Formats: sequence, structure tokens, C-alpha cells
Amino acid sequence: MSALLQLFISFFKIGAFSFGGGYAMLPLIEKEVIITHKWITSAEYIDILAIAEMTPGPIAINSATFLGYRVYGVLGSVVATLGVVLPSFIVMSIIFISMYRFKNSPYVDWVFKGIRPVVIGLIAAAAVSVGRTSLVDIKGIIIAIALFYSVTFKKLNPILAIIIAGIIGVILY
Amino acid sequence: MELFYIRGGEGMLLDLFKTFFKIGAFTFGGGYAMLPIIQRELVERKKMISDMEFMNAIALAQASPGPVAVNTSIYVGYRICGLKGALSCLIGAILPSFLIILFIAMYFFQFRSNPIVEKIFMGIRPAVVALILSAVYTMWKKSRKTYIKLFASIVTMLMIVFLNVSPVIIVIAGALISVIYHRVLYEDMENEH
Repeated sequence: MSALLQLFISFFKIGAFSFGGGYAMLPLIEKEVIITHKWITSAEYIDILAIAEMTPGPIAINSATFLGYRVYGVLGSVVATLGVVLPSFIVMSIIFISMYRFKNSPYVDWVFKGIRPVVIGLIAAAAVSVGRTSLVDIKGIIIAIALFYSVTFKKLNPILAIIIAGIIGVILY
Repeated sequence: MELFYIRGGEGMLLDLFKTFFKIGAFTFGGGYAMLPIIQRELVERKKMISDMEFMNAIALAQASPGPVAVNTSIYVGYRICGLKGALSCLIGAILPSFLIILFIAMYFFQFRSNPIVEKIFMGIRPAVVALILSAVYTMWKKSRKTYIKLFASIVTMLMIVFLNVSPVIIVIAGALISVIYHRVLYEDMENEH
């Protein structure tokens, strides 16, 4: 089987079987790229994670682009990235089309009524887990409180907040 | 139901692409950091989707496989401009990280050990927490608040933080409980007449 096809299949699997996003995907990526295909070593994988953390975008996409390039150049990175997003695209399309078809059913409305409060809890949980690793000292806590206040109550643009935080980081650390 | 009406014209495609490109370029620290940016851009500034639709999108994105940020972009795209909208949003959302990683892979693998970059991220990491909390606060503020909803939100958070329950299971359970609850309510109402 050609390397390109293997890349595509591996990242399609990663996209299709990782629920919850972000760090929930890491064990599956590890299994595919280090153990099954031996495309990289564990040490290289940790370097890729560090880079993925420092660059924007979902970690699964970052790993796909990076590994695709390592295995098969620019074409490999395109194929791996498409592979990892294709399951999302298929599943979201099916969900959208079926809801569009049943839009007049009260069940659709009830389903959403039930999941909206859950979503708020999910995001609060994400804040807790990101906070555990990100708020490491008093300076960080002050940055977080100041930006929470500015974005929530003073309508500071969130993108501007990230840029300001980067500048504060250079000054304070 | 107005909720599923595709309202945008083709003229919106470029706008969608640009908006999600911006969102993709500033999504650090996992998909949740993009939520306040989507909220500000699409719900508050451009009024392309309502707060409720935004929450629906996140719920579905969470319950489906793949990165939350990618799933949210696809769903929002469908909602606003159908299939073409979904593709515009998806490509916009993933293109910035694709280009940046490709550039790093080609020229700049030493990037991670740069001390200035490390300092920038010492500042950005707490900002991500602030942005996520801000999204939680705004969503709660705008929802029709009841004790039962507050209870559901808190139980969800505790189950994930302390018991490591998969978000997929909680989303499905929330949907099921709501359907059963409304179904029973509905039957009661019919019996009374």
C-alpha cells in the first residue's frame, strides 16, 4: 500500500474515532503514528506536541499536517489533513441533513433543550482542565482575571486579548 | 421552524471564509478558545446566528467525532449557507494552522526552543482560560435560567472534572432525559383534555 494511502487511512481513523477533541485524541494518534506505522519516535512526537501547543488550531490537524509533511512532503501534509477532517465533515453533514428533514418534529426541539445546559457544563469543565495546567503562578492568575473582566464586561475583542496577553508575557516573564 | 432555515446568499461565502480564517488563526489551547471568538464575530457583531443556535452547534460538535473547532465551523457553515457555507467555514478554519505547521515543518523546527516564543505563551495560556470562562459566563447570562438547568450544568462539569466521564455520554444522556421528560409532560397534557 502506498505511503500516501496509508497516511490518509491513518488520519481518517484518528478523525473518526476521537471524540471530545483536543487531548482526548492523543492516545489514538500515538498508537497510529508511533506504534503501528513507526513514522516518528516518541521523542519527535513530544516535540510535535510542543509545537502544536504553540501554534493555533486543533492538535489533531497540527499533527496531521506535520506528520504528512515528514512522510510524503507537501502532498502528504494535504492528504493527511484532509483525512483527519473528512469524518467530521461526513458526520456533521448527516446530522445537519437529518435535522433539516425532521425540523418540524418536537423531538428535535426537545433534544436541544436537553443538551444546551450540558454544553455550559462541558465548557466550564474545559476551563477547569485548561486552568490546571495554565495558571501556574500569581502573574498568570492576574492576567486571567484582568482579561476575563475586559472581555466579558468591557467588550474587549478576544483576538486582541490574545495579542495583549502575548505582549504581557514577554514583559513579565 | 426558523431554526433550520438556510438564510445566507452566496455573497456571504467570502465573509464566512474570512471570519473562520481569523478564528482559526487565533485558536490556541484547544477548540474551546475559539468559542468566544465565534460568539463575538458571528453572534454579536454580524448576527448571522442566534445564541441558541450557537449553543446547538457546540453541543452537536461535542457529540460528534473530530476536533470541536472543526465540527463547529462545519455546522455553522451549513446553518448560514448550506453545503458551500460548510466548505467555506471548514477551509477557513483549518487553513491558518495548516500553513503555519507546514512552514514550521519545512524551515523552522527549532521554533519551540525559542525563549521569546516561550514567554509569549506564558502570557497566552492564562488568557485562554479567561476567554473560555468568559464564554461560559455569557452563555449562562443569555440562557433562560432555571434551577434545573443550573443543576444540569453543574452536574455535567463535576462529572467531567472529577469522574472523567466522556462528554459524548453526557450529551446523549441530556438529550434522552429531556425527550423523556417532555414526552411525559405532553402525554399528561393530552390526558387532561
